[in-house]
Amino acid sequence: MSEAEGAMKAAAAFAFSAEREARFQKLVERYPTNFSALMPTLWLCQEEWGWLKPGVPEWVAERLDVPVSRVYELITFYTMYYTENPGRFNLQVCRNVSCHLMGAQRIVKHLSGRLGLAPGQTDDEGLFRLEEAECLGACGMAPMMQVGNRYYENLTPEKCDALIETWMAEATSDSLRESRAEEASDV
Amino acid sequence: MSDMPRILSGNFDVPNCHRIDVYESRGGYAALRKTLPETLGTKVQEEVKAAGLRGRGGAGFPTGVKWGFVPKDTGKPVYFLVNADESEPGTFKDRFILDYDPHLMIEGTILSCFAVNCHDAFIYIRGEYGWLVDRVQEAVDEAYAKGYLGKNILGSGFDLEMIVHKGAGAYICGEETGLINSLEGKKGQPRIKPPFPALVGFLNCPTIVNNVETVASVPWIMSHGAEAYRAIGTERSPGTKLFSLSGPVKRPGNYEIPLGLPLRELIFGEDFGQGMLDGIELKACIPGGSSVPVLTAAESMEVNLDYEDLAAKGTMLGSGGCIVIGSDAHMPEVLKVLLQFYHHESCGQCTPCREGTGWLDMLIGRMLKGKGHQRDLELLERVCAGMAGTTICVLADAAVMPARSFISKFKHEFEALLPKGIEPEDYVPTAHSAEQSS
Repeated sequence: MSEAEGAMKAAAAFAFSAEREARFQKLVERYPTNFSALMPTLWLCQEEWGWLKPGVPEWVAERLDVPVSRVYELITFYTMYYTENPGRFNLQVCRNVSCHLMGAQRIVKHLSGRLGLAPGQTDDEGLFRLEEAECLGACGMAPMMQVGNRYYENLTPEKCDALIETWMAEATSDSLRESRAEEASDV
Repeated sequence: MSDMPRILSGNFDVPNCHRIDVYESRGGYAALRKTLPETLGTKVQEEVKAAGLRGRGGAGFPTGVKWGFVPKDTGKPVYFLVNADESEPGTFKDRFILDYDPHLMIEGTILSCFAVNCHDAFIYIRGEYGWLVDRVQEAVDEAYAKGYLGKNILGSGFDLEMIVHKGAGAYICGEETGLINSLEGKKGQPRIKPPFPALVGFLNCPTIVNNVETVASVPWIMSHGAEAYRAIGTERSPGTKLFSLSGPVKRPGNYEIPLGLPLRELIFGEDFGQGMLDGIELKACIPGGSSVPVLTAAESMEVNLDYEDLAAKGTMLGSGGCIVIGSDAHMPEVLKVLLQFYHHESCGQCTPCREGTGWLDMLIGRMLKGKGHQRDLELLERVCAGMAGTTICVLADAAVMPARSFISKFKHEFEALLPKGIEPEDYVPTAHSAEQSS
C-alpha cells in the first residue's frame, strides 16, 4: 500500500455526525475561502471527538482541499486545539494579574494538593487535568477557573472542594451506568 | 452620575435582554429602523465622526476617521470585522455586552457596515468565551429571522451577511492585523502597516476592524445625534466608556462612566468600587489594561479617566481594564506575572519581542529566586531599550511599558532582591552570564 493510500485509508475512518456534517457544509458555503473555514472546521472536529485525534488533521485537510501543513500551522499556534486528550474535567485556573492579586496561587496550590497533580498534569484515569491559564476575562470575579465551556468565579478552597465532589460523583454514576449497560448487553 | 445616559450598559440588568423581543421592547433596533431606509451610509459616517467616538479596543483612534479611509469604487468587497477577542489582562467589558446585550453589538455592527458600504461582517470572539459564541449566534439567527440581517434589510436595498467566528486562544489575535490573518486561516501574526487594513485587509480587500464597545456606541449616536454624545465626557474625549474594575476593592465590576471621571471616584466612589477591602491600602493602579504604565497611589488619586489626562500622566486609557493593586502585593511578583504572560503570548515573528519577552521574564524570575545579579536592573533596561518600537506590532512595547514603570516607580522593591556584594568593575552582563544562572 502506498503512503497516499495509507493516509486516505486513515482519513476515511472519520465522519461527522449528520448534524455536524450539515453545519460543515454550511460553513464551507458561507466562508469566502476554504482556508478561512479551517478554524471552525477544527472546532467541529473537537466537538465531535473531544480532541484532535491522530489522523483528524489529515482528514480535515482532505475535506477542505488544503495542504496538511496549513492545518498543523493552526493546531500548533493556537492553544485551544488539543492533540492529546485533555481529560474529562480540565481545570484551567487563571494565573494572570487580577486573579493573582486575589489569591489565584492559593487556589492552584489547593487544587494541586487535592488532586495530586502539578499544573500541566492529567491523572491516570484521564478524569482530571490541572492547568494554569492566562487572563480569561473574569477579572472582577477573581479568582476563577474555566472547566469546559463554563466559568467558575469568586473561587475559595471550599468552593473548589464542592465542585470536585460533584464531578467525581458525576463520573462515578456515569461509569456505573456504563457497566450496567455492558452487563445488560451481555445478557 | 444618575443623569448620565447609560449608552452601553443600560440593558445589563434587564432580564433576558439577549432575546430580540426584550431588546426591541427596550427601544432596540429603533436606531436602525430610523437610519436605514432614509439615510445614506455616508451620513452615518459623518455623524460618528462628528460625535468624536474613539476606538474602545485600546488605541483610541477616531472611529469615523478610520471608516473614512475605506476607498470607494475599488471593485473589491469591503469587510467589517468586530473584534471580540477581548484578552487584555484586566479587561472584561466586551464580555458583558456579548452576554447581556448582544443585539446592541449586532445593531451597531449593521449601522457601521452601512456606513462603510460593507456586505460581509464577521464577529471574531475569543475561543475561551465559548458560551458567548453560542449566545451571539442565537442573537444573529434572531436578527436574520426578523429581517435585520440578510437581503434588503428593512426594505432599504442594503444587504448584510454576518458570520460568528470562534477564535482558539491567542492574545495576539486581538491586534487587528493578527485578527485578519487568523480569519484567513493562518497563524495570528500581525502584518506590517502600512498598508492599513482599511486599504488592504482581509483577503487583500478594504477592511475595518472595530472593537465590540465601539460598535455598541453607534446606535445611541444615531438615535440621539452627535451633539448629544459630545455633551457627555470631555471636549477631546467625548462619550461614555466601560471600565472593568478589578483587584482588592469592595465592589469590583464593570462601570460605565462619562470620560473624564476622576480615577479616585472609580475606585472609592459610592456608585463604583466603594474603596479598598478592609485592611488593604491603595498601592498602585494600572488604569487601562495590563499593557499600560502603572500609576502610584498618589498619581492615581489625581488623574482623570480620559485619553488626554492619562497621557499627560504618562499612561494610557487603553482598554479600560482598571487593575487596582493593594498594599499586600509585592510589585516584582506582579510584574513577573505580567512578563510571563507577554512571553507566552509573543507570536514569535519579530526577534526583539520573541527573545526580549523571554529575557525579561527570565531576569525577573531569577531575581525573585534570589539568584539575581547586581546589575540585572541595568540589563533589564537594556533589553527594554532593544524592544521598544522595534517590532511589527506593539506587543513588545506592551511588555516594556509595565516593566519600565514598575521598576522606576517601585525601585526599592526590586533593588531589595539584588545581592549586596560588590561585583568586579569590568563586569558586563551578557547573554552567557544570564543563561548560566537561570
